[in-house]
Amino acid sequence: MAEKEKTSSSQPRISGWLRSGLNTMLVPALAVLTAMIVGGIVIALAGGNPFAAYAGLIEGSFGSLNAISETTVWATPYIFAGLAVAFGFKGGLFNIGAEGQLAFGAVMAALVGYGLPLMGVDLPAVVFVPLTVVAGIIAGGIWAAIPGWLKAKFGGHEVINTIMMNYIALNITSYLLNGPMKDNNPLNVVARTPLIAESARISTVFPDYRFHWGFILALLVAVLIWFILWKTTLGFEIRTVGTNPDAARYAGVNVSNIIIITMVISGALAGMAGSIEVTALNYRHELGFAVGYGFDAIAIALLGKNHPAGVVLASLLFGAMRNGATRMQFNTQIPVDIISIIQALILLFVAADAIVRYIYHIRIQQDRLVLTRGWGG
Amino acid sequence: MYIKDAPVILSAEAITKQFPGVLANDKVNFDLRKGEVHTLLGENGAGKSTLMNVLYGLYKPDSGHIHIDGKPVTFTSPKDAIANGIGMVHQHFMLIPVFTVAENIMLGSETTRNGVLDIRAVSKQVRELSHTYGLDVDPDALVQDLPVGIQQRVEIVKALYRKANILILDEPTAVLTPQEADDLFQIIRRLTEQGVSIVFISHKLKEVLAISDRVTVMRTGKVVGTTTPQEVNEAKLAAMMVGREVILKVDKKPAKPGEPVLSVSDFSVMDSRGVEVVKKISFEVRSGEVLGIAGIQGNGQTELAEALTGLRKVHGGRVILNDKESTGRPPRQLIENGLGHVPEDRQRHGLVLPFAIADNMMLCTYYQEPFAQKGVLQNQAIDANSRKLIEQFDVRTPSPYVSAGKLSGGNQQKVIVARELSRPIRLLVANQPTRGLDVGSIEYIHHEIIDMRDKGIGVLLISAELDEIMALSDRIAVMFRGEIVATLPAAEANREQLGLLMAGATHK
Ligand SMILES: Nc1ncnc2c1ncn2[C@@H]1O[C@H](COP(=O)(O)OP(=O)(O)OP(=O)(O)O)[C@@H](O)[C@H]1O
Ligand SMILES: [Mg+2]
Repeated sequence: MAEKEKTSSSQPRISGWLRSGLNTMLVPALAVLTAMIVGGIVIALAGGNPFAAYAGLIEGSFGSLNAISETTVWATPYIFAGLAVAFGFKGGLFNIGAEGQLAFGAVMAALVGYGLPLMGVDLPAVVFVPLTVVAGIIAGGIWAAIPGWLKAKFGGHEVINTIMMNYIALNITSYLLNGPMKDNNPLNVVARTPLIAESARISTVFPDYRFHWGFILALLVAVLIWFILWKTTLGFEIRTVGTNPDAARYAGVNVSNIIIITMVISGALAGMAGSIEVTALNYRHELGFAVGYGFDAIAIALLGKNHPAGVVLASLLFGAMRNGATRMQFNTQIPVDIISIIQALILLFVAADAIVRYIYHIRIQQDRLVLTRGWGG
Repeated sequence: MYIKDAPVILSAEAITKQFPGVLANDKVNFDLRKGEVHTLLGENGAGKSTLMNVLYGLYKPDSGHIHIDGKPVTFTSPKDAIANGIGMVHQHFMLIPVFTVAENIMLGSETTRNGVLDIRAVSKQVRELSHTYGLDVDPDALVQDLPVGIQQRVEIVKALYRKANILILDEPTAVLTPQEADDLFQIIRRLTEQGVSIVFISHKLKEVLAISDRVTVMRTGKVVGTTTPQEVNEAKLAAMMVGREVILKVDKKPAKPGEPVLSVSDFSVMDSRGVEVVKKISFEVRSGEVLGIAGIQGNGQTELAEALTGLRKVHGGRVILNDKESTGRPPRQLIENGLGHVPEDRQRHGLVLPFAIADNMMLCTYYQEPFAQKGVLQNQAIDANSRKLIEQFDVRTPSPYVSAGKLSGGNQQKVIVARELSRPIRLLVANQPTRGLDVGSIEYIHHEIIDMRDKGIGVLLISAELDEIMALSDRIAVMFRGEIVATLPAAEANREQLGLLMAGATHK
């Protein structure tokens, strides 16, 4: 046919990557900035000094080696749970059930961690640690498989079903921790399990800091998830189902199976958040530990644009804010709750990114809007 | 009144619009006189939709001016364009399926009474408009229940409701049955009589010659020239568009049919409401032949194609594909038995729009070598495959990593056809394979299909274009109300006879 517009098709893909990466990060970054500004105004209205408050926040989260170590400790469960939610989103599924899957993961990890030695099973750490972690992964996976299966077979909406599963999980957890799994040490009055065996624990990286290998593991898992999503046929199927299930069917993908697999992997990641908290940080599970991570994870996935790298960055940010909040309160008497406000604002600005685009005059990349499907063209 | 003397009401001067890697409009000049039908013609990706989107305020041009009634205007959004009397019916519709016609029409310019939506007043106005222009629509029907032809009318009424006196119709006839297209031309004539001016885009040269007052031809972002139907014919227009002679007639050797690759017996399919729309039909497609299914759209062809390709449940009967039992088998198995499928709805089934062209070009075989090894995607093979097909099928894109959604309509279709024809298939089910393609691309794809046939592949061609059916088929089966009412050798078929059969003339 006529002369072909051969333009710069040979441009290296790396620079394209960088450009699109920076482009994607622009709105989330501005959302965070805007939330911080509005949060600052709230602090000022409450009679505080926003600059002192943020200085305290930064000091508390990055001001010393210990602060940085603590930030990573906070960020670890966020990364796992954030990946869980993001993975679901990639497959077109909104997994609100990370909270329950995480709780179950923690319970199962704790049960294996303290239960096996009680039964007289004595395992070396190289076996016991993975076993404990995997117990949590399996628990989370199974818990998510149920709503996945309901969706795949009957079209039951995963949002409703994962919320239901949260209630069930949290109540069962509460029962277990108050009853059969309760730490029966005579001094204990709280709902918590006994400590897990020493040989089931993930160690810290350096002697005097809580910074633990679980964080490194979280980063590795983020890479793994990226690999699965973008480099494997499974990931291709998941993303296709998530983007256009009709085309997925046309292409021969078994959509029902992919829905279930997506939910299982998502739940497994959430379960892993729970089991890593138990094996690497608390060495037991306690009612009230890890509450709300599953919900914060939704904000983290959205802020991270459902990309593993974005999830890691967003988790570090959320971890830093949670961690630095105490210092901020200590320095300026501004209550830590302001952090929840800022996080809520971040979520608001990320979700309603039109606001951010409007404020900063970012022209929307005209992606074609298709409301009803004509024949396409 | 004659158009030549009618005043220019819209003019665009030196419009330039650059997309990453593509100069979609290059100093384009275009003007529209009152009451005329001015057609834009050009290859897929020539920049027609882009120019229209600029005139409608959807894209901001990099440079250039727009004048309405001689006054300069700048549009920052379609709101401004609408305020200046411009209405647009997009290449793909922008209606909300779960809303009623009246609700859709009102959307964006809601009428309220005491703060409450006044849907009744809108319904009434819609009825009046329908009446004035002969645009029959039921304001209370849900859009999702309407056939495309009517949905398109809704779009037109919506524009008129907003007092448009300039109407942009971007490939309106691509989705219409010939009957619906004729209705649309009636409507267009009535609108122009009332002083509405129309920009019309189409790849169908016959109708362009029939309906236009003037024709402007674009190629690779530039205007090649403006002419009138009196000065040109189909061949001339085609040559202007493509820049070379186009052979509008398919040149093919007699078929050498072999063994059947598809045999269908007593095949029944229901539509989504549970009505039987394919009724116990039986037919065969042999290797090395093209069986064309002619019929007015809505006589069961869509459901037939979907059920044969695993996208819809089979209600009864039997399908043997390539000697293997294939009744009601899932798409994966059919694909592995040698099925290629160009689906009717390219954006719904055929493409994952946000994915790169390269990914879309291996959509059905992503898990096979060389695209994947041990479950890991092989980027090099994916890249090489897409570059080869882009070159071979002349897909106009700056790179294989542009998302399919950013391609022009015709180029999206080429991606699908390229993908399906490049696989090792035994049977090709092609449903409207050239819908929305320019004449040059149609020529190429027809050529490819005949080539496939000569290589011993069986082709089941479903098309709303009688010309296409007659040009490609070796045998023609006519479908009417879910049944095959006649099967005849293409050599013996003529338009009139087919037309009668399609209208159910032999039907008791
Ligand atoms: N939003 C966009 N982003 C990037 N490129 C685009 C975008 N829209 C259009 N293009 C490119 O601009 C060129 C012109 O596209 P346009 O849709 O105007 O073609 P067209 O003449 O309408 O073709 P068709 O007949 O196939 O509909 C094409 O190469 C297309 O890929
Ligand atoms: Mg177009």
